[in-house]
Amino acid sequence: MKTIFERPKSMTKAETHYCPGCTHGVAHRMVAEIVDELGIRGKTVGIAPVGCSVLIYRYMDTDMQSAAHGRAPAVATGVKRVRPELCVYTYQGDGDLASIGMGEIVHAANRGEKITVVFINNAVYGMTGGQMAPTTMPGQKTTTSPKGRDVNLAGMPIRMAELLSTLRTPSFVVRSSLHTPHHIIQAKQALRRAFQYQLAGTCFSFVELLSICPTNWGITPVQSNKWLEETMLPYYPLGIYKTPEDK
Amino acid sequence: MPKILMKGAEAIGEAAIRAGCLSYFGYPITPQSEVGEYMSRRLPEVGGVFVQAESEVAASQMIYGASGAGVRVMTTTSSPGYSLMAEAMSYIAASELPAVVVNIVRGGPGLGGILPSQGDYFQAVKGGGHGDYRCLVLAPATVQEFVECVMKAFPLAEKYLNPVLLIGDGMIAQMMEPVDFDAVKTEPQRDVEAWATTGCKDRPRNVVECLWLDPKLCEDFNFELIEKYKKMTAEDCYFEEYELDDQPEMVVVAYGTTSRIVRTAIEELRKDGYKLGMLRPITLFPFPFDRLRALSETSHVKAFSVVEMSQGQMIEDVRWAIRDKFPVGFFCRMGGIVPSPEEVIDFLKQEFVTRGLKGAKS
Repeated sequence: MKTIFERPKSMTKAETHYCPGCTHGVAHRMVAEIVDELGIRGKTVGIAPVGCSVLIYRYMDTDMQSAAHGRAPAVATGVKRVRPELCVYTYQGDGDLASIGMGEIVHAANRGEKITVVFINNAVYGMTGGQMAPTTMPGQKTTTSPKGRDVNLAGMPIRMAELLSTLRTPSFVVRSSLHTPHHIIQAKQALRRAFQYQLAGTCFSFVELLSICPTNWGITPVQSNKWLEETMLPYYPLGIYKTPEDK
Repeated sequence: MPKILMKGAEAIGEAAIRAGCLSYFGYPITPQSEVGEYMSRRLPEVGGVFVQAESEVAASQMIYGASGAGVRVMTTTSSPGYSLMAEAMSYIAASELPAVVVNIVRGGPGLGGILPSQGDYFQAVKGGGHGDYRCLVLAPATVQEFVECVMKAFPLAEKYLNPVLLIGDGMIAQMMEPVDFDAVKTEPQRDVEAWATTGCKDRPRNVVECLWLDPKLCEDFNFELIEKYKKMTAEDCYFEEYELDDQPEMVVVAYGTTSRIVRTAIEELRKDGYKLGMLRPITLFPFPFDRLRALSETSHVKAFSVVEMSQGQMIEDVRWAIRDKFPVGFFCRMGGIVPSPEEVIDFLKQEFVTRGLKGAKS
C-alpha cells in the first residue's frame, strides 16, 4: 500500500498541547514539511518563543533553542552568525514579536540576518489568557480591552509586514493566512521560498501567517475563520510585500 | 612574547581572542566601548564574528544563541548595560551555557557616572537576574590579571556550564599597563556535541531550554545547581594573601581597584610598625569564606576592616564569614571617587585605635 500522508520526519511523536481549532498545529506542520522537503533537518535550528508555542521545541525533531520573550531574533542572530552553515528560523507570536520583541525583530531585519521568521498573528495574547495584543483589531474585546480596543488609547493594530517592508535592507516579506486550505497552500509556498532565500544566503525572510484563536476569541473554529476573513483580511492584506529582487 | 603596554579594555578583547573566543556581541557604553571597537577591528582579521547589537538586551541574547550553538563567546558592558543583560544572564545560567561577560562597573545608581565604582557587587554576586542562580565572578585587580582571568574564564565556564562574570572598573579598563599574553596557556574548548545546537545530522537532537512546567523537575534542577555551586566553592575559589604570614593583628579585605589602594596603605603602615595584611578575593563567588573564618580563629588576628567603592556590600559576606566575631571596620568612597592611599591610611590608623590594637607603638 502506498503511503500518501504521514508525520513529517522533522516532527517528534509528542502530542501538541494546542486548543481545538488552533492553527499552530498547521503552522508547525508546514515548517516541518518544508524542512523535510528541503532535506535540511540535520542543519536546522529553530528558536522557540514565549507564548502558546513556547513548547515548539518538544514538537520539532531538530536542534532547538528557546528564547526569552521577544528575543528570538537576537538568539537566532547569535546562532546564525557563529554557524552560518545552519538554517535558523524563529517561530513567534504577535505579543512576542510585535510588542516586547519589536526592537529585536526590526534590527534583525535591518541587519539583514540570514534567518527566517515565522510570525503567527492571531490578534491576541494566547497563553496568558486572551489579553490585548499590538495586533488586536479596533473594537475587538479581550481580557484587557473588555469594551473593545480603544484606538484612542491603544493606537491602531501594528502591521508588521508593512512595517518591515519599509526597511531598505533587501529582504523577503510576505503575509499569508491559514484560514482556508487554499490559503494554507499559498502560505506554504511563501514559507518554502523564505527558507530557500536563507539557504542561498540571500536575505532575511519574514512570513506573517494570519491565524485563529477560537479559545480567546470566544467563538467556534468555523466562526473564527469567518471572523479572520471579514475582520482581519481587510486590515492585514495578503501578499508579497518585499522581495530581495526589488529595486 | 615580551610584555607590551596596552589599555585595559583592549587587553580584555585581545585576551578573549587568544583564548579562542572568536565571537563578540556588544553594545557601546562608557567606560568600556573600546572593547567593542577593538573587537570590530581584530575579529575580522582572525576570521571571527563581531556584531554591534541594538541594545544590551539583544547583545546578551545573541551570546545566549552563540553559546548555545557551542562556540566561545563574550560580551562586555558597564553597569546600566549589565542591568539590561540580567534577563539573559538568568536564562544562560538556567540553560547551563558557558558564556563570558565582563561588567566594567561605573558609579550608580541610575545613570550614575562613568568613573570607577564597586556598586554592582550584590548584582554580580547575589544574582542580578530573576531566580536562584549564581555566576562564577572574577574580580581582577590589574590589566595583567584581567588578561589572565579572561583566558581562564572560558575553560571555567565550560567546566561548569555556567556564565562567568568578570567585574572591573574604569580604572582598569582605561589604564595602560604592561601585559604578557603568554603568562596563561589557553585550554582547548571542551566537546559540545552533547548539548550544543550544531545541527542534528548524525546524532539525536539537542535542545537548549529552561522551562520546567512540573515543579518537581524545576526543584530538582535547583538542587543540581546547589551541587554545582558547592563544586565551584571547593575547586575554584581564588584569593590572594598579602602580608598575612607574620601574625597580623588586622586583616583588611578589598578587591579589584580598591585592593591596590589598600596594598599601598598597608605597605606604608607596615613601615611604621602596624601589623596588618590583606585578603584579596579574586573570585567574589565563590567567596573565600573559609579562609576568612580561619583567619578570625587565629590567636593574633583581632580586627577586620573592609574598604569598598560602595555603601558596603562585600562587608556583608565578610561579616558572615567571621560570624561577627569582631566588629568589622568599614571605609568607602562612592559615585566614581577612588579612595586615596592617604585617607585609607588615616582610616586604618583610626581602626587600630578604636579596636585597641597596638599599632605603631608595638
